[in-house]
Formats: sequence, structure tokens, C-alpha cells
Amino acid sequence: MEAVRRLRKHPLDGLLRPERLPHLWCPGCGLGIALGAILRAVKRRIEEGYLQREKTAFIGGIGCSARASLYVDFDSAHTVHGRAIPFATGLKAVRPDMKVIVIGGDGDIAGIGGNHLMHAARRNIDLLVIMMNNMVYAMTGGQLAPTTPTGLYTTTTPYGNPERPINVVKLVATMGANYVARAAVTHPPLIERYVYKALGKKGFAFIEVISTCPEVFGRHIGMRDAVDLLNALRERVVVKQRPHIDESYYEWEGGKFVLGEYVDKDDPSYLERIGVIKG
Amino acid sequence: MARVEFINANLAIAEGVMAAGLRFFAGYPITPTSDLFEYLAVELPKRGGVVIQFEDEIASINAVIGASWGGAPAMTATSGPGFSLMLEGLSFAIMTETPLLLAYIMRADPSTGVPTKSTQADVFQARYGAHGNYEIPALVPWSAQEAYELGAKALWVAERLRVPTILLSDATLAHTFERVEFVPVRRAERKKPRVPPEEYRPYEPEDDLVPPMASFGEGYNVMVESLTHDERGYYAPTNEAHRRLIWRLVEKVRRNWRLIHDTKTYYMDDAEVAIYAYGSTARAAYAAVKELRREGLKVGLVRPTALWPFIDEDLKRAVGGARRVFVVENNIGLMYKEVARALRDKEVVSAPLIDLELPTPDQIIEVVKEWRR
Repeated sequence: MEAVRRLRKHPLDGLLRPERLPHLWCPGCGLGIALGAILRAVKRRIEEGYLQREKTAFIGGIGCSARASLYVDFDSAHTVHGRAIPFATGLKAVRPDMKVIVIGGDGDIAGIGGNHLMHAARRNIDLLVIMMNNMVYAMTGGQLAPTTPTGLYTTTTPYGNPERPINVVKLVATMGANYVARAAVTHPPLIERYVYKALGKKGFAFIEVISTCPEVFGRHIGMRDAVDLLNALRERVVVKQRPHIDESYYEWEGGKFVLGEYVDKDDPSYLERIGVIKG
Repeated sequence: MARVEFINANLAIAEGVMAAGLRFFAGYPITPTSDLFEYLAVELPKRGGVVIQFEDEIASINAVIGASWGGAPAMTATSGPGFSLMLEGLSFAIMTETPLLLAYIMRADPSTGVPTKSTQADVFQARYGAHGNYEIPALVPWSAQEAYELGAKALWVAERLRVPTILLSDATLAHTFERVEFVPVRRAERKKPRVPPEEYRPYEPEDDLVPPMASFGEGYNVMVESLTHDERGYYAPTNEAHRRLIWRLVEKVRRNWRLIHDTKTYYMDDAEVAIYAYGSTARAAYAAVKELRREGLKVGLVRPTALWPFIDEDLKRAVGGARRVFVVENNIGLMYKEVARALRDKEVVSAPLIDLELPTPDQIIEVVKEWRR
């Protein structure tokens, strides 16, 4: 019984809103793995005294991934689809003492919100944006995403996706962000390491986390089983110390997902440039 | 004596909101609004505020919402096309009870229209442009002086009622330079929580239906929730919770209308005929009333300083004993629908005078005289 009682308490419960659970993520979804890794990094930063909990905010837009902001027990917002980054920018501009973290899916961040992502990176505004990329619109039932690899089947590309996926890592790097990394749910310690590091960066920090959605992504490509899909991703993942930006493009058939830190620099941030924080 | 400047209504708005405590402005350039933006870009940083030009109007209003949750009195400014892009964000601000000011400088008519000139086509856009059931205030100045005063008041209303508030001006006023006296205004302040964080519920109203608002970074672990939510901010998809929330959002604005409205009357004591006009058109209507009075007609002017919420009893009081009411406006007769509904026992006449400059007093006089026959 003692063991059961102990198990009822998750090590991260203190950072979650248990009364807001259960979450809406399907069995086998990769998002829980990612959120766990993110919160472990945040917890370490809090325990080290680098972050203050009451001065840390989570902002999400709309979608499965964005729901993460509702399950964490911080100042948090469930904003308009695609607009988490502008909300976060306004918040950060008037509260430069806060650490503002955006969590969203690929559709939210790079699809409908792609213009804001591009300009936030160009502005080098002091935010951490974590984009969970499951390569599909999951909450609405498995439609095409701008990140869906060429040829794959979704509910709105029943004859196969004729488009090429957007390379978000390269886009954000090209726009001048201070930190750009790619991780995957196949390697949770990498997610934790990159988030930990990005929390210490000034300027715009961006982490793409390749995630698995067996329910509506895997289903249409013949991999509804969560373990099969995770293994299929694992086969395609390569970890590199400092990959070249030209290695960031991915495809599903015959392609690779190169994980690693693509950009790590310390250009002046937006808030430094307008004199709101000291460089 | 307060400082006096010779400025247009856009700059007067900027001065008014700064006097009321504005701390953040986000915007995207659009005619006839940009000089307001440019003026704040110079002046607001000097007073400790932040001004950011965003990639579009969508980002602008969402950044204003974020800044507001950061505790800063915040605003954006736009015109019709930009307002259309802001509507999803506006609906979000309504649902999450986010105070913000939106200065809406009307220009002429659908699509690109005539960007440098004006009509009053967007009065219903200001009321119901966004999706969902709601009620939000829209204040409507008729001069540069009043743009200063109502700009400050609109920011105050937004913070006091935790509601996005519109200041509805137009291109005519934006181009009208007048004497403006920077009279003292009320500082915009929101109600703060009076309980410790563990007892605080971000959407629990007080008797005035307005919930005290904790900002980010104060230790309250605030939840900004766009889904239908309970008082804690947790998703609550039930009829009971939904009705309770929607009716409170509407009633909070309607019941507190006295904080918003200040309907002005001119020559109405013995008036048999009233002209109902607002904004820039009311200037022409006022000149027409004075001329008609010189000719011995018992005509008066009723001029709302807020169009929304529309309060029947306030209008009835202002119109008083007048039997006939002309609704003079620079559009296809939009407010007429509301005025005629509220004044069912009177003869209400629509006088839609679309004019890219401004309807002239002569046009209005002609309408009134035509109906005397």
C-alpha cells in the first residue's frame, strides 16, 4: 500500500495542475514524454535558483501540444491559434524580469503562426519557443500539416502529400535566432539538455521536438501502434554534436532527422537593443 | 492651467492615453492611423513605456493582450481593414476579460475604399465584428479635445471593467487640428486581488460583475483560458457554466453603463425636433441646429459619447419630449435601426448622408426642412 501511495505522486506533480488532469493526449502520444523532459529542465533551473517559479510563464496557442500550458502550474495562457508568440512578446516586453516559454505544435507555430515565428526570430526577442512536431494536425483529426513529409497520407491528402515539408529549423536559423536545436521524443535526455541550455540564453531560442502521434499520424501511414511508430522514428534519427544547417531538412521515405544544436550564439537581443534589459 | 496644444485628434488620443497611464502600444501602419502610432513611438518610451511595430494587426492585438496580462495598460490602433484582422484576438480578449484599448480610426467603406477619407460605416463592426455573444464599450469623440478626454476614459473603462474597449474616431477627426487642453484625467487602474494566491480565482466576479485581476509574475499562477471556463479558469463545457459566463460578460458592460455613457444634449429643453448624431457628423449637425434655431425652429441635438452598449433609457431621457428624431449619420443608416427600435413611440427618420468629407450643415438643414412640409 505504501508503494501505491508513493506512486500516486509523480515527481513533477508540484509543477503540474493535478486537478486539471487527466490530459487529453491519446495513449501512446509522444507529447507527455516531451513535457516531462521540459519540466525536468525547468525544475533544475528553479532548484539552482536561476529561474523563479512565479516569474516563469507558459504560453500556448491551439492544438494538442499547446494544451501543455494548461497542465503546468505556472502563470499560463491558452491563446488564439497561432498567436502564442505575439502574446508572449507583449508579455515579455512589459515584464522583462520574467522567463516566457511558448509551447505549441507544428501547425500552431509554423503553419498558421509561421509569420510570427519568422519575425520573432528576426527580432531576436527574448523568448523560448518549443515546437512539438508530430507532422500532422492532430487535434482536428489528422489533416495535412506544413511539416508533413512528402508522399505521406493524411485525411486531406488521401492520394499522398504532394508538398515538401517546411524546414523550420533552417527558417528560424536563417532569421537570426540565437539558439536553434532539434530533439526528438526518442531521446528525452536531449530534450531536457537543450531546454535547460535554452533557458539560459538571451534573445530568441527555438527547439523543435520531433514527436509521435500514433493515433492520427501513424494510423494513415500504417503505423497505428505506438511502439512501431516510435521505433520507425528512432530508425530515422541521427544525433550530431554540431550539425550543419544544411543537414536539417527531413523526409520520411529514405530521409533522416538530424538532432542536435544547429545555432548557439549571443547576438544582442531585442530587449537589449531597446534598452529594457542590460546587455 | 493645463498645457494647450494645436493638434489633431489622433495625437490628442495619444496624449490622453499617456495621461491615463498607457505603458504598451503594438501596431501595424495603416492610414489614417499611423501618426498616432508614430507620435507614441517618440513619446511613450520617454515615459517608461514600450512601443513595438509588429508584422501585422493580428500580432499587434495579441501582443497587446499579452502585455495587458503582464500588468500594463495597453493599446493598439487601426482602421477598418486592420480591425478585420484583429477580430479573432478581440474575441479572445472578451472571453478572457483582458483590458485593452483599441483606437479604431474609421476610413471610407468596404475593402481599400478611400483610405484618406472617412465615413461612419463601421459602427456595427465596432459592436459585433468579432464572433460570439458579447457586449463591449465603444466611445465616440467629436473633436480633438474630446478625443483626448475619451481616449483617457476608454483606457480607464477597459481597466475598470476588464473589457476590451473601442475608441471609435474617423479620418475626418484624424485630419482636424484643433486647440486641445490637456486637462487632468483619471489614471487607468484595474481591480487587484484582495485574497492570497491560494484563495484567488481569476474569473470570480465581485458585486459589479468584474473579477479582480492578478497579473503574470505576481505569484498567482493565473490561467488565461479561451475555452468556456469556470471561476478558476478551468474548461467547463456545460450549459450552466456557459450561460453563467456569457451572461456575466454581457451584463458586466450593460449594468455598468453609467461608467461609460455621457450623452450630451444641446438646445433640447424645449425641442420639438431632435437630431441624433455622433462623432464628426455631430459637428455638422450642431452647426445645423444653431442655424435652425436662428430661424426659430425648436430643434435640438442629442449626441452620445458612447455608441455601445446601447442604452434605451439613456436615449429616452436625452430625447425627452421631442416628437420627431432625425438620425443623421455618414453611412447607410446604421444607428437608425437602434434609435428607431428604442423610440418606438416617436417619429424616427433616417438621414443617411454619405460624404467623404463630412455631411454639411446645409445638407442637414435641408433634410429637416423637407420634413416640415
